[in-house]
Amino acid sequence: METAVEKTIIKVGLASCGIAAGAQEVYDRLEAYLAENPLPVQLKQTACIGMCFEEPVVELSGMPQGTITLGKVDADNIIPLINEYIQGGTPASHVILAENCDAPRNELLASQQRIVLSNCGVIDPTSLEDYESQGGYQALRKALAMTPEDIISVVKDAGLRGRGGAGFSTGVKWSFARVAPGDKKYVVCNADEGDPGAFMDRSVLEGDPHKIIEGMIIGALAIGADEGYIYCRAEYPLAVHHLNIAIQSATAKNYLGQDILGSGFNFSLKVKEGAGAFVCGEETALMHSIEGKRGMPTIRPPYPSESGLWELPTNINNVETWANIAWILLHGAEEFRKMGTKDSPGTKVFALAGKVAGSGLIEVPMGINIRDIIYKVGGGMKSALPFKAVQLGGPSGGCIPESLLDTLVDYESINATGAIMGSGGIVVMDTGTCIVDVARYFLNFTQNESCGKCTFCRLGTLRMLEILTRITQGKGEMEDLQRLEDLAMNINKSSLCGLGQSAPNPVLTTLRYFRDEYIAHIEEKRCPAKVCSALLSYRIVEDKCIGCTLCARVCPVNCISGSVKNPHVIDQELCIRCGECFKACKFDAIVRE
Amino acid sequence: MHKDHVNLDALMYKYRDQKGALIPLLQEVQDLEGYLNPDTMRYISAKLDIPVAEIYGVATFYSMFRLKPQGKHIIRICKGTACHVSDVDAIKTALMDYLKLGQGEDTTQDFRFTLVEVACLGCCSLAPVIMIDDHTYGKLTPDAIAGILDKYAY
Repeated sequence: METAVEKTIIKVGLASCGIAAGAQEVYDRLEAYLAENPLPVQLKQTACIGMCFEEPVVELSGMPQGTITLGKVDADNIIPLINEYIQGGTPASHVILAENCDAPRNELLASQQRIVLSNCGVIDPTSLEDYESQGGYQALRKALAMTPEDIISVVKDAGLRGRGGAGFSTGVKWSFARVAPGDKKYVVCNADEGDPGAFMDRSVLEGDPHKIIEGMIIGALAIGADEGYIYCRAEYPLAVHHLNIAIQSATAKNYLGQDILGSGFNFSLKVKEGAGAFVCGEETALMHSIEGKRGMPTIRPPYPSESGLWELPTNINNVETWANIAWILLHGAEEFRKMGTKDSPGTKVFALAGKVAGSGLIEVPMGINIRDIIYKVGGGMKSALPFKAVQLGGPSGGCIPESLLDTLVDYESINATGAIMGSGGIVVMDTGTCIVDVARYFLNFTQNESCGKCTFCRLGTLRMLEILTRITQGKGEMEDLQRLEDLAMNINKSSLCGLGQSAPNPVLTTLRYFRDEYIAHIEEKRCPAKVCSALLSYRIVEDKCIGCTLCARVCPVNCISGSVKNPHVIDQELCIRCGECFKACKFDAIVRE
Repeated sequence: MHKDHVNLDALMYKYRDQKGALIPLLQEVQDLEGYLNPDTMRYISAKLDIPVAEIYGVATFYSMFRLKPQGKHIIRICKGTACHVSDVDAIKTALMDYLKLGQGEDTTQDFRFTLVEVACLGCCSLAPVIMIDDHTYGKLTPDAIAGILDKYAY
């Protein structure tokens, strides 16, 4: 008994999402309990395993019943749960994953293939030793014995494509920076994950920072850079914190710094925090921001590989791309190509959110179809309402309807739908979501985030937003649909950077697949999803109203009249359609139409 | 001239050898003073020989910078996609009601709270989400707002 207990390890998932769900309180409670009751148990922290819908998550290991993961724990129930485990039991009520027996989420994890996320939720991200214990920095040792050209060949042969969205060949990009003339070169990691609805990069930065750092060191070695920057958005304080710890410990062990591991190669790395500007995810804007300027895009060419940071050759890749490098170097191009499709090899990390049951982070091989992502890996719909659309690629992407759910996840297939792979945000929507409202939401976002440099992006998106707002208010006309399409084309053609070029995508895809819904708003003045408040009306059903007067009391404009125990009536002229009465009624006597 | 010269000078000294340090410098100045006031920006401009227009340009470009005094606690409302489809607007209304903020106002009269909208806090599975200072609150309902804000004294 004693010896078995000694090995028990408790890992609490302390990523941002876990902390928001109360994981810090769980950790603190455990720490306090173990201080009072000195059990031979080791308490550790880890990051996010990806099952955000089960947060807070705690993993227990070391006992004969094997490793188990508990979900939805809290500070009150955690102590009995760990005691049950230590005594040889398996607390069935909270087990989500189990090594040696069936558990509700075993299949979700088994349906994934984890390269980028392999350590997330497994290791303590603040511990270099933990990373090394998983084979960390072995790829760097291997790369140091190779020529830069050989490293680039491996990445090229692997067929790795930029995971930031555009899908350009990483190896080819590196070779451009390699051959660019100049002694001083930079590598940059784009960690300015701004797409609303996407949090893949955050999880990797928080959960496995050394993997990104190792990838960047190898990249720097390949192109001949001696300095690097990780540009991380300031809304991710924990990611910045973990990156700084990782850089410090990697420097102390000479994975970074001068004469790395005695190879003669020098490389130093800094974290640059963003200051809140979506457009800084665009590579030229990002580099201006690192230089301390307004983050406004500039025209390409020259490409960053020739003239980037401070006009010197620069290679810039996204977080997930960098996180693939060490694996590729260690296992070889051929192994990498065994996953995914011929033109899009490897895996892709997606952030599942919205009305899907298993919201969180998943990593799946390319070539899987979207239906499987939602219904198998994501566990299907969360709400009782049926599926309506899935939004891919954030504000630059589009909405895909049910009929296209069998689309394969690879760059070309997704582009063909009008959406884009993007960085990997997937937001699932049910029939309670208004498509026109979603399009308006994205336009509002891009309009706010337009840097203002190009007229069509600055003003064209505003005009589109005005039209969409008009439609959601029931003031649209059929000609508006043509106007939206014309503006969309012009904005796409006349904008300098990706933000403007892709800003109309959410509108174009919804017009293509959900045109009926636009028409319902315009011609019938009706919002099928019952979201657009200006198009709704509220009515009291006489038979159901018992005259409790609650609705009359909550109505902010006093437009509901009636006496106690008698059916009430809403004055439609005065009603502002706020919906308060609808929410308040306990007898389902108020209908929304 | 400015009352906090010593602190400002120390910050500028700290960043003296770093390339492209204007943004982190302004971030620290804002942490120190709560916001970027015009006098401070002029002082930095004169000291570092950067045109004041350039400093103002940077300060107005990024959403993290504030040009007005702000409340003691910052409430960030997530306007990400997942929060939007989870009706974060109802949370915003509840916050505005509790804080007695009118349209266009973002800071309470007693400077206890400032309310800002942010693009996405990256906790989409807990939508709708807000962040108060460094603490994130997820799976919110309008009813939960009062209980949370009461914890933040002036």
